[in-house]
Amino acid sequence: MSLLAMQRNFRDRLQQESPAVTDSFGSSAAPGLRVYQNTYRAQLIDCLASTCEQLRAWIGDEAFFAAAATHIDRSPPHAWTLDAYPSSFPSTLADIHSDSPEIAELAWLEVALADAFVGPDHDPLPPSALADVMWEDAVLLLTPNMRSRSMGTNAPAIWSALAAAQEPPNAITLPTPSHVLVWRSGFTSCFRILEADEAAAIDAMAAGQSFGTVCNDLVAQHGEKQGVPRAGEMLGRWVKDGLIIGVKDSKPGTIG
Amino acid sequence: MTKPEIFRYGLGLRKPHYQDFLERRVPVDFVEVISENFMIDGGRPLDILRRVRDRYPVALHGVSMSVGSADGLDRRYLARLRQLVDEIDPIFVSDHLCWTRIDGFQSHDLLPLPYTQEALDCVCANVAQAQDMLGRTMLIENPSSYIAFADSEMTEWQFLDALCARTGCELLLDVNNIVVSAANHGFDAIDYLHGIPAAHVRQIHLAGHSQGEDLLVDTHDRPVPESVWALYACALDRLGPVATMIERDDDIPPLETLLMELDIARAVQPSRRAA
Repeated sequence: MSLLAMQRNFRDRLQQESPAVTDSFGSSAAPGLRVYQNTYRAQLIDCLASTCEQLRAWIGDEAFFAAAATHIDRSPPHAWTLDAYPSSFPSTLADIHSDSPEIAELAWLEVALADAFVGPDHDPLPPSALADVMWEDAVLLLTPNMRSRSMGTNAPAIWSALAAAQEPPNAITLPTPSHVLVWRSGFTSCFRILEADEAAAIDAMAAGQSFGTVCNDLVAQHGEKQGVPRAGEMLGRWVKDGLIIGVKDSKPGTIG
Repeated sequence: MTKPEIFRYGLGLRKPHYQDFLERRVPVDFVEVISENFMIDGGRPLDILRRVRDRYPVALHGVSMSVGSADGLDRRYLARLRQLVDEIDPIFVSDHLCWTRIDGFQSHDLLPLPYTQEALDCVCANVAQAQDMLGRTMLIENPSSYIAFADSEMTEWQFLDALCARTGCELLLDVNNIVVSAANHGFDAIDYLHGIPAAHVRQIHLAGHSQGEDLLVDTHDRPVPESVWALYACALDRLGPVATMIERDDDIPPLETLLMELDIARAVQPSRRAA
């Protein structure tokens, strides 16, 4: 057997107990192959469990390990780093727990927090750097360690209670979806719930629109009297949270 | 070849001990980290490694290079490792004699190779490419293994000897892995020590193992056992002074416990058995 054929057979043996594959290594190899198969699965289960600690607490060990086993069968690892392995776990959970959507949303939140934890380092823009900005044309550059999505359940509240070792609330479906923002502040991953107008503003900025355009949208939503202060309030919060790492003029050249 | 005496005794740097290493002067000559844990974009882990590097020499020990992959190395992996090597300037860069990846599938486990001429050609080509891309000599570690291939044409030590001769790579000798594989495959650990190219051994790992259902398993979850200490003494006879470290990855005890274990390594004297 060529080296390539052996490695493909071995991969198949790791992923499923196939008698034909076992036979190709000989019966004496069975105990050793079991060691490798157990280690392969144990590594991946440990990886999912360490990333999704609160999810495991929420659904219990039995359901968690069953979900992890299904995910391992469906999604073999393809990245050299185990950090990448949990990224598709929320999708598996959405399939197998479609009646409990808070489960996949909890997993998404934990994966996003874990990803932000090892994301690229960027110094947040200090407030003093904003003094001379020409706001009409300014495009705010957001930290790449930021991710947002809408959620249909109270998964963030469940996560917060579990992380604080408190009794979690019952899962509920929200009357209207909420928007969750995950980012890293300093070395700490964090999240908060956004109002719909702030979520739209962040999406617009992430798409490269200027702060002036964002302000105009807020004025259109809330009127001149409330829209402009609302834009100022959001800007202050983004600076405080460390979400902004630079400012560039929508004409060429970074100015902050 | 000059062996760096100042890097004589070290420990694997693990998360429970980060603060110890940052807040006080831990009596070690170097620390070793798992390369992949720090081949990341940023955040606290990388910040800790940078600060540790300011205080201690660091060795980078990888688990995902897959020098035995029949379909070659992952160039993106090598580029990322090179980035870390350039920043950390490690005393050693090592990985294992094994394969972990095929056709894009990643096992995240150190899988065994048949010791054939074909496998040797493959590993030599991959190690040579890695050394080219990293711009430095690598250390290759002997693995623990749980199956032996009927079509192997040479012993593991003959394979390592040929690998060093053809690529100029060096060796990281894991004494525990010799004990585990010797028990699992029925060879004499002393024959292994005599068969390896002693001048190429730059680093030694000491660790513990467990008795599985049928085989010894390299678990790194308990103290170094007597069998490993005894073989370490024999290894010192054969190799002379070599950078030595304790590798503990599970059930990690307080740092003081590992430092006491490292003191045992400091006290081990060469055995007459292998002299």
